Order: sequence, then C-alpha cells, then structure tokens
Amino acid sequence: MSSRKIFQDPLISDNPITRQVLGICSALAVTVNLEQATVMSIAVTFVLCSSNVIVSMLRRFIPSNIRIIIQMTVIASLVALVDLLLKAYAYDISKDLTVFIGLIITNCIVMGRAEAFAMKNNVFSSFLDGLGNSLGYGGILLIVAFFRELFGSGTIFGTQVVSDSFIASGYNNGLMLLAPGAFIVLGIIIWIQRSLTNYVEE
Amino acid sequence: MEYYLSLLTTSIFIENILLAYFLGMCSFLAISKNIDTSIGLGQAVIFVNTLTVPLNWFILKYLLEENALYNWTKIEAFQGVDLTFLVFLTFIATIAASVQLVEMIMDRYSPGLYNSLGIFLPLITVNCAILGSSLFMRERQMNLIDSIVFGFGSGVGWALAIVTMAAIRYKLRYSNIPNGLRGLGITMILTGLIALAYLLFSGVKL
Repeated sequence: MSSRKIFQDPLISDNPITRQVLGICSALAVTVNLEQATVMSIAVTFVLCSSNVIVSMLRRFIPSNIRIIIQMTVIASLVALVDLLLKAYAYDISKDLTVFIGLIITNCIVMGRAEAFAMKNNVFSSFLDGLGNSLGYGGILLIVAFFRELFGSGTIFGTQVVSDSFIASGYNNGLMLLAPGAFIVLGIIIWIQRSLTNYVEE
Repeated sequence: MEYYLSLLTTSIFIENILLAYFLGMCSFLAISKNIDTSIGLGQAVIFVNTLTVPLNWFILKYLLEENALYNWTKIEAFQGVDLTFLVFLTFIATIAASVQLVEMIMDRYSPGLYNSLGIFLPLITVNCAILGSSLFMRERQMNLIDSIVFGFGSGVGWALAIVTMAAIRYKLRYSNIPNGLRGLGITMILTGLIALAYLLFSGVKL
C-alpha cells in the first residue's frame, strides 16, 4: 500500500468512527463543547502515533501469546504521560475530562490499530496510519462537538454566536448537551458519511 | 441501607454507565446483534465488574495513595510515597489478571458456566465500562461497600442496556431502513432514544 493511501483512507472513506466502529465511547463523551473535543483529539493523536511507532519497533520481539499485555503496557504508560502533562499545563480541562483521558487506554482505536496495523508494518507506515486514523477520529469529534455546542449552548469555542434575543426566547436545546443528543447527532453523521461513500452494512 | 439502595438504583438507571457515560460502546455495538450472546456478555460484565471495582479499591487504598504503604507497613522509607501516577497501569493490569484468573477458575470448577461465558471473558479486558467503573470509584472517593454496590450496579445497568438493544435489533431485522442508516447508524439513534427514556428516571430519589 502506498504511503499516501495509508494516510488518506482513514480520513474519510475508512474513517475509524463511522466505518471501522472504533473509539465510539470518547467520541460521545467529550463532545459537549469544542474545547474538550480539541484537547481529546490532540491527546489521542499523541497516544495513537506513539503507540503505533513503539509497537511497530518492537513487533519482531513481541511473542504472540502475550502481545495484548505488552500493547496494553505501552498504551497505559503513554496515557499516564498525557494525563500528567494535562494536569500540569491544562488543569481545568483535565478536570472537565474526568475519567475520559484514562479511558484512552481502552479506546478500541488505539488497541485496534496496534493489533491490526502496527504489528505487521514498518515504523514509518505505522506512524502514517496512526496519524491518519487519529485525524479521522478528531475530525468526527470536532463535527459532533460543533453541532452539540452550537445547538446546545449557542456558542462556538466558548464565544457566543447566537443573539441574546434568541436565547431569551428559549433557543438553548439542553437535550443536545445530554447523552441522547450525542447519540442522535453521531447517528446522523454516520448516516451522512455512509451515504456519501455509498457504504451499506450487511 | 437506604443510602445503598439509592446508590444501586442511581448506578443502574439514573447514571447508567452506558447510556449516560457512554462507556462500553464498542462491545455494545458489536455484540448486541444477537440476544443470547448479549445475555452471556451481560452476565460476565456484572460478575467481573463486581469483582474488580472492590479489588482496585484495595489496591488504591493500600498501595497507591499517598502514605498508603506507610500506614499499613509502618516502614519509614515509605513515608510520603505517592504512587497514584501508576493508577492506570495497575488498574488495567488488575482487570486483565482477574479476568484471566476468573477464566481459569471457571474452566476448572464450573465447565458449564465456562462454556456459556468463557468466550466473552477476553473481550471484557478491553471493555471500557470495567476500567471506567474503577476510575469513577477513585474519582468519587468511595469506601469499600460503596465500591461493591457501585460495581454491581453499573454492571447490571450495562447488561440491561445491551439486552434491551439486542431485543430491539432483533425486531429491526424485518424493517426497511435507508441504506446508509443500516447497522451502525440506526443503532446509534435507537440508543439515543433509549437514553432519552432513561432520562425520565433522573428525578427519582429513594
């Protein structure tokens, strides 16, 4: 596979969330506003690229019986690093994200790419695969967060974009900020993405 | 007693681990195609969750927290030692190890149960509902009994959600759904509707 294809496929046509069904949990949980979604995307990009590179470097030395445990250890250490960095430099955001930074460990996207790609390919391709997948993931996260923040609180990145008179007449759609809003917005985005790429399940 | 009953209903219905916190979505989406499998995985999650949350509580209280080792061993060298940065690594290791252990014990002493649950157990290690419950236990600073009740309750909540979804998807097989919405899309929207129904519990106080 060409490097270009490895990088490009996961962005749209083979998107991790809408097509591969990986990493849905965090796509729903951290999309209440754009700020959280951006921080989460950066954190996942870092963890996914590094874990893909490390696992790919070690792939010849990992015995296949215990590969899951080794991958878990690599990922958990990287996540602990991200968690400490966020606590040190962006404490408020890390408080808002609560347990979801820690849950990057069990984010299937990281394990899934390590197992399906990095164990079989060289370091550079694995890095590109990690980058492509995390950008594809981040893209969906930002789209969901954009709609939830806009319809839920009438703001974008915390700046108010809907006029006060609208809000006074009951614009704020609290449902968007709650769990059902997240499920339904993501469901509709999956529908649009799959219709555009002509993909039919079953 | 009332407090624990309230904690239990909260963790099952009001703050359902799947429908309110979105944890365990991956296996939820993959497994809910089949109702028998869903019941099996649901039971396995209840079992493992009730086991690992209190286990992780012990590890947190007696090994990782600041001065935890000192309070218990009274060895001077451990005074002021704070190992909480190891929390992710130890929690996931505990979960992986206890899942493995449960699998082996079941295989040895209860082959019937092993045959019905065994194949789901490896899936559970990477189920974020399990790790999530342990992390919530730490976040909310629970005590031992709290953590047992919470572990059990969130497991039951997850099982309830996946069995409901499997039943709905069983009916869905005979419906005419637009092409792009088939499978994942419609499942997402239906989960949203179930979550909406569960929101109605949010006023309930025991």
